[in-house]
Amino acid sequence: MPFEIYLNVAVAGILTGLVYGLMALGLSVIFGVVRVVNFAHGEMMTVAMYIAVTLFSTLGLDPLIMLVPIAVVLFAFGYLLQKSVINPFITRPEHSQFLLLVAVAIIMVNVLLILFGPDAQNVQVSYSYDSYQIGPLIVDATKTYAALAALVVATALFCFFRYTTLGTSIRACADNYTGALVVGLDVKHLYALTFGLGAACVGAAGVMLVLIVDVTPALGPAYTLLAFVIVITGGLGSMPGALLGGVMIGLTEAMAGLLFTPSAKSMFAFAILVLVLLFRPQGIMGKRAV
Amino acid sequence: MIARLIDGVPARALILLGLLLAFALFAPLFASDYVLTVLILIFYFAYTGQAWNIMMGFAGQLSLGHTLYVGLGAYTAAALFVHYGIAPWIGLMVGVPIAAAVGAFIGFLAFRFRVGGVYFAILTIAFAEFARVGFDHLPFTAGSSGLFLPVKQYSGNDLWTLRGEPVMFYYVLLVATVAAFIGCRMLLRSRIGYFWLAIREDEEAARAAGIDTFRYKMIAVVISAAMTSFAGVIYAFYYNNLFPEQIFHISRSIEIILGPIVGGIGTLFGPILGAFILTGLAEALTEGLHAIGVDVPGAKQVFYGICLLFVIMALPDGVWPWLKRRLGLTERQS
Repeated sequence: MPFEIYLNVAVAGILTGLVYGLMALGLSVIFGVVRVVNFAHGEMMTVAMYIAVTLFSTLGLDPLIMLVPIAVVLFAFGYLLQKSVINPFITRPEHSQFLLLVAVAIIMVNVLLILFGPDAQNVQVSYSYDSYQIGPLIVDATKTYAALAALVVATALFCFFRYTTLGTSIRACADNYTGALVVGLDVKHLYALTFGLGAACVGAAGVMLVLIVDVTPALGPAYTLLAFVIVITGGLGSMPGALLGGVMIGLTEAMAGLLFTPSAKSMFAFAILVLVLLFRPQGIMGKRAV
Repeated sequence: MIARLIDGVPARALILLGLLLAFALFAPLFASDYVLTVLILIFYFAYTGQAWNIMMGFAGQLSLGHTLYVGLGAYTAAALFVHYGIAPWIGLMVGVPIAAAVGAFIGFLAFRFRVGGVYFAILTIAFAEFARVGFDHLPFTAGSSGLFLPVKQYSGNDLWTLRGEPVMFYYVLLVATVAAFIGCRMLLRSRIGYFWLAIREDEEAARAAGIDTFRYKMIAVVISAAMTSFAGVIYAFYYNNLFPEQIFHISRSIEIILGPIVGGIGTLFGPILGAFILTGLAEALTEGLHAIGVDVPGAKQVFYGICLLFVIMALPDGVWPWLKRRLGLTERQS
């Protein structure tokens, strides 16, 4: 095979990986602060994907324009979910939280199934088949837009946590729960905000992903798993780690699909996860020891 | 031995247990085919739930990939039967050690490197998913097109090759469930059991007290994997078809786990009660929705999820600890 093919596949994998990274970023933020593993993460993304598909097919709204409004909807959903259902569970054991979120995930997958049916749906925008040629490289326009949007959202989130008072308060909750309570922070509200932000991230990722892949209700659990793989590879709780993990997994899957068979690509992603867990359990960018 | 086993159990609990066992023994005499199928499912989940409970409920290690062991047991025994005509009870002696060895391998990697909690849970999912995709590409077990066991109309029940009617599988699973129940009771009452509980409650403290936590966690994962793989063998010969996409799917692991969590994690009767509640609920929803004319795919699962949500919110420790108090069956301290 000529070298250009490898390069093209690698670039496509990296671009898709950035969108994966944004999805995983949501999971990482939620775990880093609320300390709850969101087992309904991929399901939340499919909700955003279906909203984008429906807005496009009924009103002709371009997913890239709807990125922010849909992220806001997901934020509200995440906020309410944390406030109403998850907050009472934050001090409960892991298996209890796990069951709670599995129940939420089961409900979400099947509500989507009832509303939209089991068939795959997608979005065909005017630029679906456009591409840019840079030397020997041919880059899909949709993947480029999606990856750029992912970088913008991730940067915005990073700045929010670093430079705003609210972001600093949330980090305070993550660092020291009791301390945050002592200095008078409304921890439950901040937790809900964090879950909302995580949901908005995965929502934004979902909106961009409809440009690249078809959506079915069954996609939810598969992407939940993918998000776990990425987040643990990059380092659970580390924001740059999630993006890096996303790129790594995107690249691995793309190359495995090219060199072996596309159906076996997730095996390689899981192999990376196992290796990372064994030799660097805190993840590539993670600091906290397990 | 029996005296030790029932030591401290209130007489009322023994009577209720006896009545339940008698009911289970005679149920096939008056149960319809449908009810029998549901009961088989219940005992299948009661047994696998009990096996999972050893890891999570006793030793405190959250495994979310238990269907890996089901699949390994099922595929080994089925492949040996299909290719070489080896009876399942012999195939079992290959499949169970394989599952136990894989369990030991995962345990060794995880516990040596101090991978615990959520990380351990996700490691177990990773291995199950790895097996799912791997078996999809394994020609010996027919890959993703599925492995089929030869089926014909059976006049009698051949227990040796597990070829026969559902009632035979019912009794096999009933015996397995009862044996697992008694076995777990014995384990809990043994030195190993107390060490497990110590590790579950506080691993650091357990190590400080001189318990070799690595060793006892390994014992838990090996016993649990071996027990779970036996259920896989029965699964293979009961359903007669195996697909990697089904048997290794994460939703199967979740199904195994739900029973013990709903019933009461770490309790002996929790997995059995949880299996009755959840399987009963699923069947009741199917029937109920059918009766009122709702025939939408997914409707049943939505109600199932909502019920699950309410149970976990109302009874976070599970149904059995609550029911036990209501029935006045709390164990006397011996």
